[in-house]
Amino acid sequence: MAVEPAAATEPAGTHRPAPGARPQPGREAPPMDLAALITDPGSRIIVCCGAGGVGKTTTSAALGLAAAEAGRRVVVLTIDPARRLAQSLGLEELDNEPRRIDVPGAAGELHAMMLDMKRTFDDIVVAHSTPERAQQILDNPFYQSLSSSFAGTQEYMAMEKLGQLRAADTWDLIVVDTPPSRSALDFLDAPNRMSRFLDGTMIRLLTAPSRAGLKFVSAGFLVFSRIISKVLGGQLLRDISAFVSALDTMFGGFRERANATYELLHRPGTSFVVVATPEPDALREASFFVDRLSTEGLPLAGLVLNRTHPPATTVLSATRAEGAAEEVVEAGGEGAELAAAALRVHAERMTLAAREQHLADRFTSAHPDVAVRTVHAAAGDVHDLEGLREMAGELTGPDDTPTGIPRTRVLPVRRR
Amino acid sequence: MSAARLHVVTGKGGTGKTTVAAALALALAADGRTVLLVETEGRQGIAQLFDTPPLPYEERRVAVTRGHGEVRALAIDVEEALLEYLDMFYNLRRAGRALRKMGAIDFATAIAPGLRDVLLTGKIKEAVTRREKGRPVYDAVVVDAPPTGRITRFLGVTAEMAQLARSGPIRTQSDGVMAVLRSPQTAVHVVTLLEDMPVQETADAIAELSAASLPIGSVIVNMATEPALPETDLRRAAEGGLTGADLAAALGTVHLPGTDGLAAALAAQVVEHAQRWAAQDELRDDVEALGRPVVELPLMPGPMDVGCLFELAGRLEEHLRAEVAA
Ligand SMILES: Nc1ncnc2c1ncn2[C@@H]1O[C@H](COP(=O)(O)OP(=O)(O)OP(=O)(O)O)[C@@H](O)[C@H]1O
Ligand SMILES: [Mg+2]
Repeated sequence: MAVEPAAATEPAGTHRPAPGARPQPGREAPPMDLAALITDPGSRIIVCCGAGGVGKTTTSAALGLAAAEAGRRVVVLTIDPARRLAQSLGLEELDNEPRRIDVPGAAGELHAMMLDMKRTFDDIVVAHSTPERAQQILDNPFYQSLSSSFAGTQEYMAMEKLGQLRAADTWDLIVVDTPPSRSALDFLDAPNRMSRFLDGTMIRLLTAPSRAGLKFVSAGFLVFSRIISKVLGGQLLRDISAFVSALDTMFGGFRERANATYELLHRPGTSFVVVATPEPDALREASFFVDRLSTEGLPLAGLVLNRTHPPATTVLSATRAEGAAEEVVEAGGEGAELAAAALRVHAERMTLAAREQHLADRFTSAHPDVAVRTVHAAAGDVHDLEGLREMAGELTGPDDTPTGIPRTRVLPVRRR
Repeated sequence: MSAARLHVVTGKGGTGKTTVAAALALALAADGRTVLLVETEGRQGIAQLFDTPPLPYEERRVAVTRGHGEVRALAIDVEEALLEYLDMFYNLRRAGRALRKMGAIDFATAIAPGLRDVLLTGKIKEAVTRREKGRPVYDAVVVDAPPTGRITRFLGVTAEMAQLARSGPIRTQSDGVMAVLRSPQTAVHVVTLLEDMPVQETADAIAELSAASLPIGSVIVNMATEPALPETDLRRAAEGGLTGADLAAALGTVHLPGTDGLAAALAAQVVEHAQRWAAQDELRDDVEALGRPVVELPLMPGPMDVGCLFELAGRLEEHLRAEVAA
């Protein structure tokens, strides 16, 4: 098992919200120091989480790159990278082990891998049983469906892989991307849900009522068990039964194993980065997640607000830009149409930025202690090292920008 | 597109599946037709969209269309569907209720993930084939389906289920469902945005669906926007050939604060806008290359409401008509 660094404390840049901290509407979000977080030797695991499609994979990869460039030996565990990004990083071969990515000029090392959940599951089975028994499990139709499609398997295997990488202790920093589930909370809940399911009373009653102690078996269960075998066919139940007993002899229950991986997240050196886009649904998920982390006592580094649209200038409001566009057209002359179009583009941009800032403000009034870093939407998607480097700059660079909009925000604070 | 009676709407998460499915239902219900709009994910997205209270497991009218057409909506409750099923085959409705209280039904759908999908597709098939007085009850059924990543499994799950459940009535039922899903009565439409990931997922889904012999309908490009500049300026800007100097003179004709820096900043924004537009245009070519009928729906300003839905439905109606003519 990994040895903790002697002075393991919380990594720089994380904070645990004070219990009972009350929302104070109108407060400014504190800035997030991701540069300190990724370079701090005490920081060993960063988990990027958030709703599906908000840019968790890209954020993880960009943070990993920045840490490698700062001299650390980093591995990024990605779950479901966009194909072009995977291609350009050479992550296409699914061998379920980290591969080194060539980063010219980096002081450290960047490694990355893409999770193969079935393979990870198979590996656990093989590692914990005799070859014959392992083969029995691997051939079991119920195991095959469980390991490739059960809701939660991907989350659970991501957790498992994280445990393996951490145990190897060859990495300074592990950055984990979380599976693209509908809800950000799935990542925290799935391992437990799955273990509850696999060694739950229900499954025991169904598969081996005698072993579970007949006195608990009510008439209702027997009816149910009959229905289940009628509807699904008795074979499925026999498959499940065979699988569960094989598993039992293998490693005394799934729950313990899930608990151990879950514990990992509570160890010092772990921090969470919540990613959201400036949209109501994504921010609602981010809110749930922030609350959940604080209930569980898990350290939150802050919120990355991805794909924002800060304007290049804020001297002109949307309304004034619209008005000016009309005036420019009226005045006529060369380039009037183009200038008017530019003013309309600006008006749209200001409106969009105002909406995004409004959503960010709502988040901050509910979670005033949560640090925020905005990342501006690139014109295209990020799909190579160059794009990642640019994103890393936005994530870890100084809080102030040439346009005067701090990176905690989409628009500057309005002065009265 | 409209030779089909069962329209399945999929797409990457957040691309507008629910919105498009609702608009398509309105379009198909025009001129006195009756359409059923089905929700499969249990999130009450349809009720939200039509601004009605949460839908019970019951077909409810949510909109009327021109010529006394109507859209009814159904949010399928998987547990209820299972009880219905038990009742139908085993006359076990009361025992089923007791089991539900024990959480046993939840458990059953969990140990056989495909069971859930079988119940959903079974219910959908029932609505498509339901007849009264010698004619179909619904002129069309529109399904707000699971996202692209799960659609082939969802629609093909009955076949898979037949393998997993090697005996039992599920097996028998699967065949009937697959027959409808693979027939020309069905069209699976894919909603996309002009962004890398959704277009990529659309291409993947189309390949998977055709491999599973499921009939593919149109690609629906949602939330399309218009460029703010004329074509030539747009191209020049996208190549970065536009600077503050191009705007300064015309901006000088009106009084604006900080004109120097302003012109440069405005130019930078135009360049970004144009580059985004150019990237979208490239993706538009990728979408065309998929070889399916394509329809674009505009990005509606302001919050989505029933008025917006009717506007989107108008666009879809035109597309349906063009498809029939073709
Ligand atoms: N044409 C459009 N113009 C403007 N807004 C739109 C349009 N289509 C969809 N939206 C908005 O985009 C958001 C996502 O749409 P919707 O809920 O229909 O997507 P979905 O694909 O069903 O999402 P999910 O994957 O979460 O089910 C909603 O806020 C919706 O109002
Ligand atoms: Mg939806």
